[in-house]
Amino acid sequence: MISAISSLALLGLALGIMLGYAAKYLKVEAGALVQEIEAMLPGSQCGQCGYPGCGPAAEAVANAKAAVTLCPPGGRALAQSLAAKLGVSADLSDMEDQVPQVAFVNEQLCIGCTKCFKRCPTDALIGANRQIHVVIKDACTGCGKCVDICPTESIQMRDVPLTLENWYWPKPDALQLAS
Amino acid sequence: MKLFRIRGGVHPEGRKRLSEDQPIEELPLPELLHVPLQQHIGAPAVAIVSKGDKVKKGQVIATAQGNISAPVHAPSSGTVVGLGRYAAPHPSGLPGRTITIRTDGLEEWAELPAALDAFTADPKDIAKRVSESGVVGMGGATFPSSVKLNLGQRYDLHTLIINGAECEPYLTCDDRLMRECANDITKGVRIMARALNVKRTIIAIEDNKPSAIRGMSQAASAYDDVTIIEVPARYPMGSEKHLTQTLLGLETPARGLTADIGAVVHNVATAFAVFEAVTKGIPLISRIVTVSGEAITRPSNLRVLIGTPVAKLIEHVGAYSSEPERLLLGGPMMGQPLMDLKVPLVKGTNGVLALAGLQAATQVTTTSCIRCASCVDACPCGLVPLDMAAAIRKEEMEMATKSGLMDCVGCGSCAYVCPSNIPLVQYFNYAKGRITAVQRTEHKQKETKRLADQRTERMERQAAAKREAMEKRKAEQAQKKAAQQAAQHQEQEKVSA
Repeated sequence: MISAISSLALLGLALGIMLGYAAKYLKVEAGALVQEIEAMLPGSQCGQCGYPGCGPAAEAVANAKAAVTLCPPGGRALAQSLAAKLGVSADLSDMEDQVPQVAFVNEQLCIGCTKCFKRCPTDALIGANRQIHVVIKDACTGCGKCVDICPTESIQMRDVPLTLENWYWPKPDALQLAS
Repeated sequence: MKLFRIRGGVHPEGRKRLSEDQPIEELPLPELLHVPLQQHIGAPAVAIVSKGDKVKKGQVIATAQGNISAPVHAPSSGTVVGLGRYAAPHPSGLPGRTITIRTDGLEEWAELPAALDAFTADPKDIAKRVSESGVVGMGGATFPSSVKLNLGQRYDLHTLIINGAECEPYLTCDDRLMRECANDITKGVRIMARALNVKRTIIAIEDNKPSAIRGMSQAASAYDDVTIIEVPARYPMGSEKHLTQTLLGLETPARGLTADIGAVVHNVATAFAVFEAVTKGIPLISRIVTVSGEAITRPSNLRVLIGTPVAKLIEHVGAYSSEPERLLLGGPMMGQPLMDLKVPLVKGTNGVLALAGLQAATQVTTTSCIRCASCVDACPCGLVPLDMAAAIRKEEMEMATKSGLMDCVGCGSCAYVCPSNIPLVQYFNYAKGRITAVQRTEHKQKETKRLADQRTERMERQAAAKREAMEKRKAEQAQKKAAQQAAQHQEQEKVSA
């Protein structure tokens, strides 16, 4: 009986010491993952995800408080790489429905107040005082910050148009359902 | 010469008899010409004319942009009446940037560049002339020819292969060109050989074109360095990688160029265009097009100005004899659906087909894959189409890429033999497009990051500059105050003294 007690006690002691050391030496830096995820996010601090910026959003994703599909400018590609990074399966179904949007300035209403381009996180709006402003579509992430600030409501969000450059053949199954 | 076997391939019914004995006809000048700015692979050309400008035949109306691009010339004289978006010859049916010219019927030529003597001129000048003349690969791929003529500078080349295979069913435009312009083609071929500085030139023609082989042999008999080779008729013999393999027995490395194994492939129609450009200074403004199919009253081979609406061609050959089941631009294997008859003909269009009857059974039903592996046997690239399609159906693009999706040439042999009628090529086209779209988003994201970082940095710099200015002002004010105080102090001292 003594041998059984002593062997179990010894086993417990040895494993306890091992676990204790493992917790100390193999400790995962909590901030490392957050930083890595923040590096993957666009970094435009647009706030479309509902968090104040890309840093807090990265923290939320790392702590599984937010879905990997949270970032609209990042789109499907980012959601997939985030899912791969965190080892979770991403539900991309609602991602499909979102057509990417960009801002559009209605030239008849723009008064050239310069408010919008001071707010644009990617400098996608250009213009000058009392000059009509214009959006560089390629640089616009569709965050919509400019829409709220415009005093004449001349900025609208429009779907990115389908062109010869970005069109590609649809998936065959979808085609059959349509016909 | 010993020929080598390529794996896979199919034997579709030729149906070239419909149009192969029809001599090349000139199409009457249409009233409007819609000339797209993107008729080639690479960056679109940039228009240099504006609405209302008078243009002459052969005048440059849009210039090349970047290294891989081609200029566009006015196909006839007239007035520019439109500069905007117009239906493009593309399966999407979407519009593309187009210059519309109302022809005046005078056919007044612009001043053309002087003829080059190809055998004394510098090879670089030949390539330059070809580039300025807007010549692109006319077999359908429309890669700018001058870029391919300059490959000699970077690769060790030994053979120029001229592709006269024309393996797609129905199409006879290259066949007719070889029968009627054999001498000019041969001259063009020799000019290209000189530009590339190769020792050997092979003109490969499929054995179902005996008249073309006879004609070309006669034209080439005067030159020792040009050989005519008869290759077996098998689809896709006209694919440049497979033609090279048949002739040289060397396989092009995956995702590489035929230049990696020392060969460059050009189409016969391209050779003809090079001849016209170099010896006459005529830019690429017209091409031969086969109008054929069971629904066409009078199948023909037409010489058509670039920009002519497809409807004009069909009108010229006597409209339809029966209701066409399918309209195609290009051959039946790799051609693209024709969405609208108003779309213009472009440099890469080799055929307009109106199919009816059995070949274009539109009511095919797709059934499940039975894993018969017919597609594996048919694939000329040694891929496993059924596995690739299964991966794509599950959106596993990475797996499809690993199985060689990017090595697929899109020849359609797999879909042709599939007993379940699975649209395999469409799966591959979808996947290729999807992968490009994902890459584009990734690129945009990277750019967004760069822009956002730059903005943050600029904001910080501005804030720092403001702070600095404020501190400077403060310091100055403090100095002033101190000076004033010192002055006051001195005065007080003086007063007290």
